[in-house]
Amino acid sequence: MSMNDLLSITPWPVFSATLLVILLIAVMYFARSTAHQAIRTASGALSRALKIASHSLSHAQERLGERNREVLLAAGREAKERVIEREFTRVGETVRKDLANYPHLHRGLSEAIGQIEKDHQDAVEVPPDPPGWVRAVEAVSKLEAKDGGSEVLADMHKSIVKAHKEAMEAYREASTERHELLRAMMPRWRDVQQLLTQVDKKAESLLTRSAGVDRHMQEYEQIVKREDKALSVLSSSSLVQFFVSAMVLLVAIGGAAINFSLIARPMAEMVGGTSFIGVFKTADIAALVIIMVEISMGLFLMESLRITRLFPVIGALPDKLRVRMIWITFSILLLLASIEAGLAYMREVLLQDELATSALLRGGEGPLENSSLWITTAAQMGMGFILPFALVFVAIPLETFVHSLRTVLGLIGIGLMRALSLVLRVLGNGFRHLGTLTERLYDLPLFVPLWLESRLAVNEKAELPVQDLREVAP
Amino acid sequence: MKRISVLACIVLAACTQSAPGARNSGVYLLLDTSGTYRGELRKAEDVILYTLSRLEPADSFAVARIDTGSFSEKDIIAKATFDERPSLANKQKRAFAQRVHDFIARENSAQHTDITGGLLQAVEFLNEKGTGRKTILIFSDLEQDLEKGYVRDMEVPFAGFDVVALNVVKLRQDNYDPNKYLARLEQWKGQVEKSGGQWRVVNDLDRLDSML
Repeated sequence: MSMNDLLSITPWPVFSATLLVILLIAVMYFARSTAHQAIRTASGALSRALKIASHSLSHAQERLGERNREVLLAAGREAKERVIEREFTRVGETVRKDLANYPHLHRGLSEAIGQIEKDHQDAVEVPPDPPGWVRAVEAVSKLEAKDGGSEVLADMHKSIVKAHKEAMEAYREASTERHELLRAMMPRWRDVQQLLTQVDKKAESLLTRSAGVDRHMQEYEQIVKREDKALSVLSSSSLVQFFVSAMVLLVAIGGAAINFSLIARPMAEMVGGTSFIGVFKTADIAALVIIMVEISMGLFLMESLRITRLFPVIGALPDKLRVRMIWITFSILLLLASIEAGLAYMREVLLQDELATSALLRGGEGPLENSSLWITTAAQMGMGFILPFALVFVAIPLETFVHSLRTVLGLIGIGLMRALSLVLRVLGNGFRHLGTLTERLYDLPLFVPLWLESRLAVNEKAELPVQDLREVAP
Repeated sequence: MKRISVLACIVLAACTQSAPGARNSGVYLLLDTSGTYRGELRKAEDVILYTLSRLEPADSFAVARIDTGSFSEKDIIAKATFDERPSLANKQKRAFAQRVHDFIARENSAQHTDITGGLLQAVEFLNEKGTGRKTILIFSDLEQDLEKGYVRDMEVPFAGFDVVALNVVKLRQDNYDPNKYLARLEQWKGQVEKSGGQWRVVNDLDRLDSML
């Protein structure tokens, strides 16, 4: 039914329209409570559903947060254990080395001290013997001069002077000898001093290390106690590790791409330049496989050396088997590096051949003889040989990346869930308010009947006490 | 385990297209050696060298002359399917270029021009090679001049072929009446497109990149 049909229910369109509006308002007025209920139910249902979804997301976010916390703490605990283990190993090494040297040191010190003692004993000053004839001199001096005492005294004086001179000479000789002995003691003092300095240095290094171990142990305790401070430190450290390792991995991907370009062209000589696997050239895939094998070998080598711990099975192998594995992976790497160097050489040869053919087909001269060509050839060969070994070290950032990725993904997930939960909560509230607004909007065209209704209600209230009184009166 | 290995091998073999298959190109160049066109052969050598430089390993290329009776393998001057190894393909290209050069240096004019026979030979050659993309280049003035007794009123099956007419020079009578030149082009175009082929004309040899 079109608008024209509706307006032609009476001969006057305006009257028809007015009639229709009145009818509509009447219908809306009578259906008001049902419509309000329907609007309330619909908006309430939507609001509740969104709030439940929001709650559910909040719970999931909390669970994810808890899991992330566990992961972070476990990773932090493991890393700290590794650090502490390494520190203890170093301390142990130092102690073992120093204690192994201790008997030697002790012997050196004892010898030096013994020698000093001996020299000291030897250097003790012996006082000169007192002259034995002092009493004789006293007796002679009491004699009378006429009894010839003066002559005797003169002789004695002479003898004493002579004896004194001899005694002084002997004393000087003895002093010189003692000085010599004291001088000989000096290097031994220095030896002792040097040995004690060494001991001091080693003790100092041990103290520094033990302070480091103490610090690590404190951090470890914080992690074990699941303290928020430790968690915050681990979280930020994990993010830093993620970005740094991602950057190093990007550099490694660049290296792999260069490696790929070095060997893809000559690979066409080996596997043909026109066969395809899917949409990719077989030669390209072969080159890629070689690079992937190199990276895998690098990973196994790093695992065998226990530098990384991506494959616990390799780390747990018996030492003998592990050493064998090191040699095997290294040999394969060496072989692949040599193959790559050969392919890089072949690439240069092919390039020259292609240039010569192109020049011939263009009708020009052949490529000019380049005397420095060997430099680029050697550089390519060198890169072909070195890059596989350089790619070995990709294992280290890869391990860090994989470990930190778990945390970072967890953090991103938590952030997304939190945002989604908030959006759902806002939407839930929005729908509730929208329901109320729709009710009000529904009532808007009904303002006339509603006003009349309210007036009637007021009048009824005003009349109600009178009626009640009438009913009560007999 | 054995079954899995066999299955893996089958899947890999299915994915691998060891034969060139539908990815390679085949080019057959017809060279008009009639008296009216003899002077253009030096240009043809440039076109051949350019084509050689554009072709990849596993592509096929043949150069044949158009003479009195062109529906013959004897008219093929040089042909090659380039090796999959780039180094060998380069050697083949150099040898090919040398053969074409020698031919152009010593070739005499043909009495008649059997273009249809040459086209038939080209179609046969490229179909036999089974290349993915098939292109026939005609280096000629497109004026067919059959000797008495040669019947060429059959329809050549051009379906799946690109036919490119190169350096279609105007003859003396075309200058008097250009309609003849246009009619000649229209006739060949109709013939090619009627049997399902694609027809193009490239007269400007400086834009050969649109040729292949």
